[in-house]
Amino acid sequence: MTETTEVASVKTHRATPSLRRTARSGRSPGGHRTRGRLLRRATPWLFLLAPLVLLVTFTYVPVGNMIYYSFTDWDGISPDRNFTGADNYVQIFTRPELFRVFFVSFYYLAASVAQIAIALYFATVLSFNLRYRNLFKGLLFFPYLINGVAIGFVFLYFFQDGGTLDSVLSWFGSDTDHAWLGDPTSANTSLAGVSVWRFTGLNFVLFLGAIQSIPGELYEAAQLDGATRWQQFRHIIAPGIKPVLSLSIILAISGSLAVFEIPYIMTGGATGTSTFVIQTVKLAFQFNKTGLASAAAVVLLLIILLITWIQRRLVPDEKVDLV
Amino acid sequence: MTTAPQTASRTRPGSDPRRARWRGRLGQTLVYLSLVVAPLVVLLPLAVVFLTSLKTSEEVTDRGALSLPRDWLNFSNYATAFSDGHMLTAFGNTAFILLFSITGTVIIGSMTAYAIDRFHFRARKLVMGLFLVATLVPGVTTQVATFQVVNSFGLFDTRWAPILLYMGTDIVSIYIFLQFVRGIPVSLDEAARLDGANSFTIYRKIIFPLLRPAVATVVIIKGITTYNDFYIPFLYMPSQELGTISTALFRFKGPFGAHWENISAGAVLVILPTLIAFLFLQRYIYNGFASGATK
Repeated sequence: MTETTEVASVKTHRATPSLRRTARSGRSPGGHRTRGRLLRRATPWLFLLAPLVLLVTFTYVPVGNMIYYSFTDWDGISPDRNFTGADNYVQIFTRPELFRVFFVSFYYLAASVAQIAIALYFATVLSFNLRYRNLFKGLLFFPYLINGVAIGFVFLYFFQDGGTLDSVLSWFGSDTDHAWLGDPTSANTSLAGVSVWRFTGLNFVLFLGAIQSIPGELYEAAQLDGATRWQQFRHIIAPGIKPVLSLSIILAISGSLAVFEIPYIMTGGATGTSTFVIQTVKLAFQFNKTGLASAAAVVLLLIILLITWIQRRLVPDEKVDLV
Repeated sequence: MTTAPQTASRTRPGSDPRRARWRGRLGQTLVYLSLVVAPLVVLLPLAVVFLTSLKTSEEVTDRGALSLPRDWLNFSNYATAFSDGHMLTAFGNTAFILLFSITGTVIIGSMTAYAIDRFHFRARKLVMGLFLVATLVPGVTTQVATFQVVNSFGLFDTRWAPILLYMGTDIVSIYIFLQFVRGIPVSLDEAARLDGANSFTIYRKIIFPLLRPAVATVVIIKGITTYNDFYIPFLYMPSQELGTISTALFRFKGPFGAHWENISAGAVLVILPTLIAFLFLQRYIYNGFASGATK
């Protein structure tokens, strides 16, 4: 960020003369003061017109409609819909087959804990270790950039019978005939593992950036005083990355509730791997239960808003503020 | 910060130097081991898929997943994936969507940032609040109702549905632009205004050209996320001829269910552009995603 702002300020100097020229040639003689004032008042709105229309149409109208649909039994097609009160919400929390998907989130939550721990470990190690840092950083980050469908297929082959994982395990002498995606526990663990593989790199790069922004003199001073690596981590690195860490934890929690791509592509939600979003999509677009699906989406939205609210209360972060 | 040296000097005299050295060496070995294992874990699944994509159908069924292909120049699977997977159409559709949604995002994001930062009008706080609250609403949850909105415009199953959604719901890029607009001195605007430039001229001739680094960041982040998105094209463009990279690859697996050599080739075809972009734009990508994630 600092680099780019520097570039911007350098360009400022160069841009000024040419700008003066164009502005002067564009000047029109004669005054139009009253019209000018009206125009000036309207100017910000002219800039904001298109963005606000898009924002309202694709974010606020859907949220409003969704809340409205959630109290009806609408099927998404027919012109008539009946008001059913809180019936949809009651169904979500009382029908076990609808509620069960929440428990799948715990696999992904556990995975994100592992993911943050791994990322933190490598970020700390690599911050001391200069050699091969960029190569390592690139290797670890690249999975984050890969297309989700491609990742899904890569890992379908990985977990396949006689696929990559089985072959590697047979090298180490354990010939398993385990169907990795065959039963719910194993399938969910495998899918959560894919999510660790995919997202660790992002956390790693964020942590590494935060650690590198800590001034080097602090480590030198600590080393002179005989601090061990662990003490350096505990007292210098940990406080330095606290904001990024808390952000990562919140992203991990809301992310593990909104998992969709990997399980949908790899198993289609079969063998107990259906997540909350997969179930909502299926309810809405396969079984035409728009009302029930909307209620489910509202519940998820409320949970995520609640988590975000808790985060803002616990970690008052100046960066989050828009002003 | 002051606590570090204190605790350090307290624990130091107690430890036995020989044991500490041995432990240090073991620890270092384990650290190096982990630095070797992690890249292997990342690369192995990808490498195996690359190897598989070069094999013949018999090689895939008869030999293990980790075996090497007999002919390293066997690109026939790529030809199959490219033609039967309708990859050309998919790349075309993705390019079309990328072009319009990125252009739109850049224009909309920079205009919003300019209006919010440079004008003091009534309801400015309200507008900012609207954008701020919208960041909290996860896109996946609202699609049930967004679908009805898109459908009522008659945009379902057209390429304009994803374009509008990518353009209209991208608040992260507004943040990135806002950070940069703040960094541009207001005296520049004032100087131009004294010379008779109106707000549009200032936006077009001063602000926008100075936003070039932000534009680069937004183009890269937006480009990669749009290229990789599966959910929106999958929901809004079910027609075969409207497949994007993600949906075309997803549908390709159906008829080729067990032909892993073909599916692997398709996956490699999709990953390759990302790899090339990453190798050339590494530094920008790290910065972009870091600022995008932390906002």
